[in-house]
Amino acid sequence: MAQALKRTPLYELHCELGAKLTEFAGYEMPVQYSLGILGEHQHTRTKAGLFDVSHMGQITLRGSSYQETALALEKAIPMDVLGLKVGRQRYGFLTTDGGGILDDLMFSNREDHIFVVLNAACKDSDIVHLRTLLEPEISIEVIENRALIALQGPASETVLSEFNSQISAMKFMDIETLSIAGAECWISRSGYTGEDGFEISIPSSAAEAITRSILSKQEVEFVGLGARDSLRLEAGLCLYGHDIDEETTPVEASLTWAIQKARRTNGERANGFLGDKIITQQLDMGTYRKRVGFLPQTRAPMREGVEIYETESSKEVIGKITSGGYGPTVGHPVAMGYINSEYEDSNDNLFGELRGKRVPVKIAKLPFVPLNFKR
Amino acid sequence: MKFTEEHEWLRTEGEIVVVGITEHASTQLGDVVFVELPDEGITVSKDDEVVVIESVKAASDILAPLDGEIIEINEALSDEPSKVNEDPMGEAWFFKMKPSDPSQVEDYMTEDEYNKLIS
Repeated sequence: MAQALKRTPLYELHCELGAKLTEFAGYEMPVQYSLGILGEHQHTRTKAGLFDVSHMGQITLRGSSYQETALALEKAIPMDVLGLKVGRQRYGFLTTDGGGILDDLMFSNREDHIFVVLNAACKDSDIVHLRTLLEPEISIEVIENRALIALQGPASETVLSEFNSQISAMKFMDIETLSIAGAECWISRSGYTGEDGFEISIPSSAAEAITRSILSKQEVEFVGLGARDSLRLEAGLCLYGHDIDEETTPVEASLTWAIQKARRTNGERANGFLGDKIITQQLDMGTYRKRVGFLPQTRAPMREGVEIYETESSKEVIGKITSGGYGPTVGHPVAMGYINSEYEDSNDNLFGELRGKRVPVKIAKLPFVPLNFKR
Repeated sequence: MKFTEEHEWLRTEGEIVVVGITEHASTQLGDVVFVELPDEGITVSKDDEVVVIESVKAASDILAPLDGEIIEINEALSDEPSKVNEDPMGEAWFFKMKPSDPSQVEDYMTEDEYNKLIS
């Protein structure tokens, strides 16, 4: 028998507000509300969208000091954890022995511990992996009594400031504990849409009430996973299991910006993470393929799995789309995927095979929309 | 008007049959962003894939409901695919065909039968 789907603390609110629900990573999650995917996408880019991301994994890592915890986590991720200042967050990824990506994540320095947010589909295996690597010196606590919501879009700051005036002082990737309607919330100025915004970890018992109050603001609409996908795609952000996985390295995935100097060749703490040999070698020597943006040259969307060829008749597959669809803000189909490195800077028409027909597509710079972070 | 299990509607106008998708189908698809129509003048067999519709969510096909010739396509949908959501039962017809065996139309559901199927 199939396992019962899990629900977030906001499940009943989703139902009440007419969400269309779908299974995602073992959870019953809203794919869209009555506004529809296009409307929710546009609303997030122009005003503010509220997302329930409580299915994501929230964990804390605690050693005898931040330093000890940071050095331990550096065995699992090729990021500079030690150099991260108190109250700051970074994007990172767990690597495999072979240099692939086990999951991507956010981690932050919370002074006496590290707070990590993991993808829903990977969280159980990530936790096992981290326990194996870090215990017993580091204790890992899985936070099961907190919801996680994200408020994204240009109006986010104005909206959230009404609940706590300290919000405005936060910069992109700051994280703080602030009170919202009397509840202790862990708030970071971050998100996964390319817009300014906040991710808010709320005690489950207060989640519905706070979500309702935020939704009651005129600028805010509830947004489902459908628009979350088109928003992150336009912003050039990877979806784990599609654009990155255990078979793709961070260098191939064009995520080298997330590997700080301290962890690279000649850095103070170079190597010392899983897959370091392969990743360091690729950082220094390059890779055979690269993640790039693709801009289809007709109105036909190119979705995951579409193969890329050099010409209308060439036989050799030179790339593959890993995420693609219509970009509502761009007003045109957009996609990302992998291409043989020799074509990485090509300005020529390449061809994607759509239903047996070769359709022109060009390599494009990511992101497809300007990133509106408040740095 | 007749209806198929694939959520198409068929409206007979003399020797010609106009084909579109139902309101129910357009709602299920979500916002339509791309429509690929067949060439005018081609001969098709029942169940051939003749139209591709892409919504923000996914791509789906429309099958030829009858054997016959595609005599006209609704070019306006290529430029304004959102019409499929706005007026699926009217302005957003996909193609007109001349069936080689007009009696095939009678095999399909009445409006009542279709409404039962989707209820």
